[in-house]
Amino acid sequence: MTENIPILRVNNISKSFGSNTILDSVSVALAKGEIKVLIGPSGGGKSTLLQCINCLVVPDSGEIELENEHIHFSRKQDLYRLRQQVGMIFQDFNLFDHLTALDNITIALRKVKRMNKKEAMQRARLELEQVGLGDKETLYPAQLSGGQKQRLAIARALAMDPKILLLDEPTSALDPTLIGEVIAVIKGLAVKGMTMIMATHQISLIYNLADEILFMENGRIVEQGPPAALLSAGNKSKSQGFCDRLNELSEVEG
Amino acid sequence: MSIALIIPSAVGGVLIGIVAGSIRTFGGSFVRTLADAYAAVFRGTPLVVQLFILYFGLPNIGIYLSPYLAAVIGFTLCSGAYQSEYVRGALLSIKSGQYLGAQALGFTTFQAICWIIVPQAVRRAIHGCGNEIIYLIKYSSLAFIVTCIELTGEGKTIATEYFRFTEVFTIIGLYYLGLVTLAMLILKNIEQRLYVPGFGHN
Repeated sequence: MTENIPILRVNNISKSFGSNTILDSVSVALAKGEIKVLIGPSGGGKSTLLQCINCLVVPDSGEIELENEHIHFSRKQDLYRLRQQVGMIFQDFNLFDHLTALDNITIALRKVKRMNKKEAMQRARLELEQVGLGDKETLYPAQLSGGQKQRLAIARALAMDPKILLLDEPTSALDPTLIGEVIAVIKGLAVKGMTMIMATHQISLIYNLADEILFMENGRIVEQGPPAALLSAGNKSKSQGFCDRLNELSEVEG
Repeated sequence: MSIALIIPSAVGGVLIGIVAGSIRTFGGSFVRTLADAYAAVFRGTPLVVQLFILYFGLPNIGIYLSPYLAAVIGFTLCSGAYQSEYVRGALLSIKSGQYLGAQALGFTTFQAICWIIVPQAVRRAIHGCGNEIIYLIKYSSLAFIVTCIELTGEGKTIATEYFRFTEVFTIIGLYYLGLVTLAMLILKNIEQRLYVPGFGHN
C-alpha cells in the first residue's frame, strides 16, 4: 500500500526553548498513503514534532521537504504554502468560535484558497456530509459536542485538500463515549488512503492503522517499526511496554 | 449640533481604537511604540488641554481649524485612545488556539488577525466601547470652550440671559439623558446582532 517515494521528508530537526531541548535531531519520512503513529510519554516531543512539521513552531535547525520542495524557514511565503498543504488536527479543536460550522470551513477556502462564496459553500457542505454533520451547518462551535467539534475540525482540514494530515492527540480531550465517532472518521480517512502522522494514546488506532510506530522519548525517536514487529508477544520493546500499560488502563476503564 | 459632534467622533473613535488597539497588540516594535505613545499622550492629558492646543495652538504653526472641526478631531483622537485600550484588552483575551488554528490552515498573520481575531475581539470589547461612547456624549459639552456652540453652550447662553439656571440645566440634563438612552438602545441592538453562542454571558 505504500510506495517508496516519500512526499514528506524531515531531516534532523532540532528545537530548543531556552536551555530545554525539546527535539533532538529527529528525522521522519512519509510516503504517500502511509500512516505513522507517534507514541511515548508526555513531554517526549510528540506535539512539538508535529507543530514543527507544518512550521507552527519553526525548527532551530534541520530540513523539511514537501514533494521534493525544500522549505526555507525564513521565507514566510514558504511557510504559508507548506501549511496550506499540511492539515492539522489539534487536541482542543481550535475551531473559530465566532463562525458557524459551515463558515468555519468556508472562511479558509475563501480567504486562503480564494474560492468564490458559492463554490466554497458547496465544498464545505460536502465535507460536513462526509463527517456526518450535514444537519449541523448553522450551529456554532459552542453548540456542538466534543466529538462533533473534532469531526468539524477534520472536515475543515480536509476541505483544504491537504497532502498530509497531522493529528495531535485527536481524541484526548473527548469524553470516552464520544471517542468512537472520531475514531470512525479517522479510520475512514485511512481507508481512502490519506497520508497521516498522528500522536495518539488510542490503542485501537495504534493497532489497526499504524504502518509504523515511532516511540518518542526525551526529544528523540528511540524505537520505530511496524506494529507487528514492535508489539509482537514476548517482545521487550519500550513500545510494547507502553501499549501494555495503555491496554491495562483501557481494561480498567471498561 | 451636539449630535453632529457626537456621531462622527464616536465612529472615528471606534475605528481608530480598533486600528490602534490591533497595532498595540500585534504590531512591530516601531509602530507599536508610536501607537503606545499616542494612547499615553491622549489618555494622559486633559481633553480641555488637547482642545485648546488644537484650536488656539495650531494657528501658531499655520493650521487653522474651524471650531467644529477642532472639536471633532479632539474628541475622535481622545476617544480613540481610550477605545484602543478596550480593544487591546479584548484582543489579548482571545485564546492563542484561535490564531494557531488559522495559521495551520495557511492564513497569513494579517488574514488571521483580520478575519479571526478581530471579529471575536469586537464582541468582547463591545461593552467597554459602548461605555466610552457614553462618556463621549457627555464630554462633547466641552466643545463650547473652543467656541463650538452645542447643547451645553446654548444652554449657558440662555441661562445667563434669563437668569434661570436650574430650569435650563435641568432640561439640558434631560436632553443628555435622552441621548445616552438612545445610544444605549442602539448599542444593545448592535450587541444582539453580533450575538454568537459562546460569547458574552453564558
